[in-house]
Amino acid sequence: MTNSIPEIENHDVIFVIGSNTTETHPIIGLRMKKAVKRGADLIVADPRRIDLVRSSSLWLQQTPGTDVALLNSIMHVIVKEDFIDKKFIEERTEGFESFKDSLDEFTPEAGERITGVPKEKIVKAAFLYGDAVRPGIYYTMGITQHTHGTENVYAIANLALMTGNLGRESTGVNPLRGQNNVQGATDMGCIPDFYPGYQRVDVPGIKQKFEKAWGVKLSDKPGLKAPEMIRAAIEGKLRALYIMGENPILSDPDVRHTINALKNLDFLVVQDIFLTETAELADVILPSACYAEKNGTFTNTSRTVQRIRKAVEPPGDAKADSYSISELGKRFGYEMNYNLMEDIFQEAKKLWPALVGVTYKRISKAGLQWPCPTLDHPGTPYLFKGGFPRGRATFTSVRYRASEELPDNDYPFLLSTGRQLFQYHTGSMTRRVDAINMVSPGAYIEIHPDDADKLNVRDGDIVKVTSRRGSLDIEVMVSERPLKGLVFIPFHYREAAANLLTNTALDPVAKIPELKVCAVKIEQSNK
Amino acid sequence: MVTLKIDGKKVTVRKLSTVLDAARKLDIPIPTLCHHPELSPFGGCRLCLIEIKGYPKPVASCTTFAKEGMEIITASPSLEKLRRTTLELILSDHPKDCMVCERAGDCKLQELAYFYGIRENRFEGERRIYTKKDNNPFVAREMEKCILCGQCVRICDEIQGVGAIDFAYRGLKTKICPPFEKDLDCEFCGQCVSVCPTGALTGKMWAHKGRQNFKEVETVCPYCGCGCNLTLHVWRNEVIRVSSKEDTINEGWLCAKGRFGYGFIHSPDRLAKPLIRTAPKEGVDLNKPQNSSRFTIHDSQFKEVSWDEALDYIAVKLKETKEKYGSDAVGGLSSARCTNEENYLFQKFIRAVIGTNNVDHCARY
Amino acid sequence: MNKDIAIKVCAGTGGVASGGEEVLSAFRNSISSAGLEATIYEKCSAHRVGCRGFCAKDVLVDVIINGEKTTYKHIKPDMVARIFDEHIMKGNPVTEWIVGEAYFNFHNKQTKVVLSHCGEIDPEDINAYIAVGGYKAAKKAFASMSPEEIVDVVKSSNLRGRGGAGFPTGIKWELGLRIESDIKYVICNGDEGDPGAFMDRSVMEGDPHAVIEGMIICAKATGSHHGYIYVRAEYPLAVKRLQMAIDQCKQSGFLGNNIFGTDFGFDLKIFQGAGAFVCGEATALMRSIEGKRGMPTPKLWRSAEKGLWDKPTVLNNVETFANIPRIIMNGANWYRNLGTDRSGGTKVFSLSGKVKNTGLIEVPLGVTLRDIIFDIGGGIEGEKSFKALQTGGPSGGCIPAEFLDTEVDYESLAQVGSIMGSGGMVVLDETSCMVNTAKFFLEFTQAESCGKCTPCRIGTKRMLEILERITSGNGKEGDIELLEELGHHIRATSLCGLGMTAPNPVLSTLRYFRNEYESHIRDKKCPAAVCKDLITYSVLEEICNGCGACKRACPADAVRGKRKSPHRIDPEICIKCGTCFDACKFKAIIKI
Ligand SMILES: Cc1cc2nc3c(=O)[nH]c(=O)nc-3n(C[C@H](O)[C@H](O)[C@H](O)COP(=O)(O)O)c2cc1C
Ligand code: SF4
Ligand code: SF4
Ligand code: FES
Repeated sequence: MTNSIPEIENHDVIFVIGSNTTETHPIIGLRMKKAVKRGADLIVADPRRIDLVRSSSLWLQQTPGTDVALLNSIMHVIVKEDFIDKKFIEERTEGFESFKDSLDEFTPEAGERITGVPKEKIVKAAFLYGDAVRPGIYYTMGITQHTHGTENVYAIANLALMTGNLGRESTGVNPLRGQNNVQGATDMGCIPDFYPGYQRVDVPGIKQKFEKAWGVKLSDKPGLKAPEMIRAAIEGKLRALYIMGENPILSDPDVRHTINALKNLDFLVVQDIFLTETAELADVILPSACYAEKNGTFTNTSRTVQRIRKAVEPPGDAKADSYSISELGKRFGYEMNYNLMEDIFQEAKKLWPALVGVTYKRISKAGLQWPCPTLDHPGTPYLFKGGFPRGRATFTSVRYRASEELPDNDYPFLLSTGRQLFQYHTGSMTRRVDAINMVSPGAYIEIHPDDADKLNVRDGDIVKVTSRRGSLDIEVMVSERPLKGLVFIPFHYREAAANLLTNTALDPVAKIPELKVCAVKIEQSNK
Repeated sequence: MVTLKIDGKKVTVRKLSTVLDAARKLDIPIPTLCHHPELSPFGGCRLCLIEIKGYPKPVASCTTFAKEGMEIITASPSLEKLRRTTLELILSDHPKDCMVCERAGDCKLQELAYFYGIRENRFEGERRIYTKKDNNPFVAREMEKCILCGQCVRICDEIQGVGAIDFAYRGLKTKICPPFEKDLDCEFCGQCVSVCPTGALTGKMWAHKGRQNFKEVETVCPYCGCGCNLTLHVWRNEVIRVSSKEDTINEGWLCAKGRFGYGFIHSPDRLAKPLIRTAPKEGVDLNKPQNSSRFTIHDSQFKEVSWDEALDYIAVKLKETKEKYGSDAVGGLSSARCTNEENYLFQKFIRAVIGTNNVDHCARY
Repeated sequence: MNKDIAIKVCAGTGGVASGGEEVLSAFRNSISSAGLEATIYEKCSAHRVGCRGFCAKDVLVDVIINGEKTTYKHIKPDMVARIFDEHIMKGNPVTEWIVGEAYFNFHNKQTKVVLSHCGEIDPEDINAYIAVGGYKAAKKAFASMSPEEIVDVVKSSNLRGRGGAGFPTGIKWELGLRIESDIKYVICNGDEGDPGAFMDRSVMEGDPHAVIEGMIICAKATGSHHGYIYVRAEYPLAVKRLQMAIDQCKQSGFLGNNIFGTDFGFDLKIFQGAGAFVCGEATALMRSIEGKRGMPTPKLWRSAEKGLWDKPTVLNNVETFANIPRIIMNGANWYRNLGTDRSGGTKVFSLSGKVKNTGLIEVPLGVTLRDIIFDIGGGIEGEKSFKALQTGGPSGGCIPAEFLDTEVDYESLAQVGSIMGSGGMVVLDETSCMVNTAKFFLEFTQAESCGKCTPCRIGTKRMLEILERITSGNGKEGDIELLEELGHHIRATSLCGLGMTAPNPVLSTLRYFRNEYESHIRDKKCPAAVCKDLITYSVLEEICNGCGACKRACPADAVRGKRKSPHRIDPEICIKCGTCFDACKFKAIIKI
């Protein structure tokens, strides 16, 4: 997020696109509702009638996968109505003119044709956002889990840049990170092309810095991204995998493909708190401590580094993940000994200036938002105040591209997957909480009433859902939420794992799979 | 800004502050039961009465704006008598089962009864009776303990935007319930539980787990990216309750997962020993229930080993792979559920020890 | 035959209930079959109630031939033929059915402003209203008055809110005018939740256009373009007539956009309330319109600043609005001079209880209670003596005989421990037990308490429990003091007017009739012989002739005795139902 959570309530316009915020980020959802109470206009762009629609002043129900067209046509109107911020464009960006031309074809009419959103609504969205003083854009996987996810993100950035809506309080672009410490894992360099602090592995000076700090020679070849590792495993290029606290079998697209990949490995280590689906294929399983059993820090979606503290002892011989990593290092003859958790944090800080001001002591009560470069720095609630780190921000013209796999005669429905309020991710934690299971006992497929009529199915019926990759049996939930022709399955449930159906097609840049769009057919089940 | 005098002390507060806000600024205690700083003013309990010079009668400080030059008295024999009588009235319609009440020791009503030393009650009389409808797994509702402060109703409507409960009926029979007095069926965020000043609303899973001598540990929620601050209540190595404080980034609000989703910590399914595979890999039978794996798979395919054995084995296998196929044949997937420190160590291990940049995590899903 | 015939039939709620519609159609049929022309009006409810003694039992009919009015009482459909034959055709009124002198006394001592149209014009016809000068005031306000001028007139008329609290209407409007806002509301409070009250209903049913005209003038004065009339759903006739009136106004261009040809718009809607007493309270009423539970909210802001949906709102009572057109037309002075220094104009009361003439009355403020009870009301029924006057509805107080010369207005009633309230007046005579009366009213307020605040919700219940204890003979020493303490506590600490006034019946009876409480508690006796648990029935042996009527009537077989010799009631078995008391023709049974 470029803004911070408390800033949400002071937006005058909130544009939520591809984020079912109240279910996936409930507390951020509350802030949005608070903003609405204080008079903000909420624009929701979502193919489903998500809960936020109730609080919105405008709902754009676009066909999944058409976000670029939607955003471009909104920007078309913004240019036409001259809502652009000329001073901002001039002083802080580049490439506006050619980008502007790229919008020509995206008239509201064209937008309507591609997205299914009436052109009046596109215009209204442009007026609302264009006229706003402190607008914020919010998105999550509904934007990124597409083969053109990167383009979606560029389009959003363009919108904010052309209106100068970045770098001010309660004004900015805010991707919401789905899991408690995705931000931290990325910050800490658990990505194949960056060391901690977003420092590229293939930039010479940087590599040397890390080699010096760590006392070893490092590789300057960017590594494989997670979906690429799965592919490499199938191809036999990746032979051993060490998974710490992940459950790709349920979370990655095309379960069968993932299972085959993991089975194909010579050696799989899974370190987790439960015997997950993925662990079932492991050669060695290491029992770890959960969040309540260890010390350390998490970084939330608004870059706030916060303390977590050990409250109870882990069960049996389970140990914090740091133990096994250090011990393994030792067995390779590489000492990774730290007396205190904070020592590790200290080491990371030395390599990433943005964290220097953060100490366990300073964050003992409330967290600090990075960048926080000095010990007396108050943290940074919103980014890009004075300018962009790389000088000027560039406009990137993006074309609309259809999703990889669209419904056709054989597979007439468009399937989106996602989350639901009570369960979390692959369910390894929440599905072990009895109370949660009582209110959210099993998987379901949301089907629009008209489609249900056509299929002759009713609430509670079991249907068989099939894609080119697999099929599953699942209970029907007839609901006005999805658009006609769109069906939705939450991915938390092992017994009806939505990812049996999904497509492994990736965004070419971010390598994020297209989990929001694939084609399925639905039949009466014989179960 | 307005300046006023409370109990002889001057205080300056922002316009549209209430007299109660002003008094709190001076740290002058005024008893309240229905006031909540984040919720709309209610003025129901009538405990926060104060006297303002020139006003004919006492007024509720929580619902009176501070005005320039006001002179306020927050404690006088007559005010204390009014408060005492009001408390007596509340207690006359309240069960006396503090002995077994989940909130004893943490109940605003009990505390006030203690301060005002209310033992006998001159107003014993009819009490409300409720038929319990309480099958939901999260919120225990003992509504005869409800003092109708309305905080639950307001939080559900004003903060959560759900409006699952409201006042119903009139007179002494007034109660708070879901429509048609059905069982609660809502988002189960438990926000209502968090603001209830009495034992009327509690977490079901808290029951009989301990009210005292627990340790409070401040930490962060293990679920979504909001980073809500949690307070774990720990009693003898068990997390018995989760709450959140008002002065946190989440303002004390939590969702059902954050507030009630802590049971997995002590799940019998937790892995407790390193395991090494003893049988060839089968597939993954997705039809088995999600929470049964430990017992069904554990014994047939794995054996428990010591940490040293497991780690030695891993080291051997990884070295072997590295030597045979090169560093890039090894990969590591880390986790968004692990700490920054662990993630740092993990990537350092993969990069510095294994010698590859094949490290990633689940940001993409 | 060349006669100008007009027939007015009472067709208010009560009139309809007692066959008004049938009487009306009987007249219509007779007239049309005789080939005559006649104007037929349905009369409004005001007369129905205004002469309760007559038409509460049956239907009241005015027959006006060539301007000469004859009023009949107790008319049923089968009586129409005779009136038609003898009076209308032959010119001989049916004297035995004509109303008596009391009817005229009842009317002549009143000053009718608000009720002047009720019973005179057809409430369902806008033209009837226009014919008596209707909408002239609104037109005047739109054509030639600035908002400030309207406010000034209302201010100097000394009109005060008729909903009970008596807040000066002009000042309220002035606040409404001064606050700036894109949206403002005008609300008419027609909730009228007091049991037995029907003044507002009578006005809404009998003269709906006057209320609407008042609201239109208020809209102009305060710059509001949206209005609501809040009527309880139990008043279907009022809802119907108001809706008809609104529709007619829209057609005539008096409501909607561009009213009276100006660019001013005023949109008026009816909101039907669920009928809780507390919904009459202004803030609860607004919450109710907002779709929330009708529960009073603390007055951090005045409604004129933040009312309905947090927008500036002027809320007035039905009667308040109905006065406005007259004030605009006849001038502030005229109205002010009708009343006292402190409050101008007239007030409608509903007079009931143990007086001879019960019904709706309208009198100038400042008349004495004595005038109302003895002149208009015709004095106490039977040969009983006056004991107290209960005013102000369920949360009013009881005023004893010594204060009968009190001049009625807001302050004077408050001084003697009661309130004006919405204008209920219940006359109590020596057969009323004051403890029981207080209990009766408290039962109502307790049941209607919205439950929000502690003193009202629990406190009134505890007071009620003490009263129950006292009236059932279980009163204890200290109960009176406890009642007083609680009463003052509730009055001082409640959030809204309901709670603040709920103890009034108890506190005022404690003030004036404390001895009755003491008898109940100490002597276990009810001096008025009302409280069942405290009375015993016995037979006066000197009078009893042993007819056995009581014995036959007693449902509990508690009467013993041989025929023709004095009987006796077994107190152990007697259930105190009083059947024997009524059955004895010789007054040989007494209750003490
Ligand atoms: C419990 C309670 C009930 C009330 N009921 C009514 C009512 O039925 N009608 C009414 O006009 N005012 C009622 N009021 C008074 C209103 O709150 C308000 O003062 C009044 O409608 C304002 O109009 P006015 O200034 O024209 O009197 C009630 C007040 C209370 C406290
Ligand atoms: S349940 Fe608790 S929070 Fe709700 S009104 Fe009753 S006492 Fe207050
Ligand atoms: S005084 Fe009674 S009616 Fe008024 S707010 Fe309090 S409980 Fe409700
Ligand atoms: S805190 Fe003010 S009335 Fe309850």
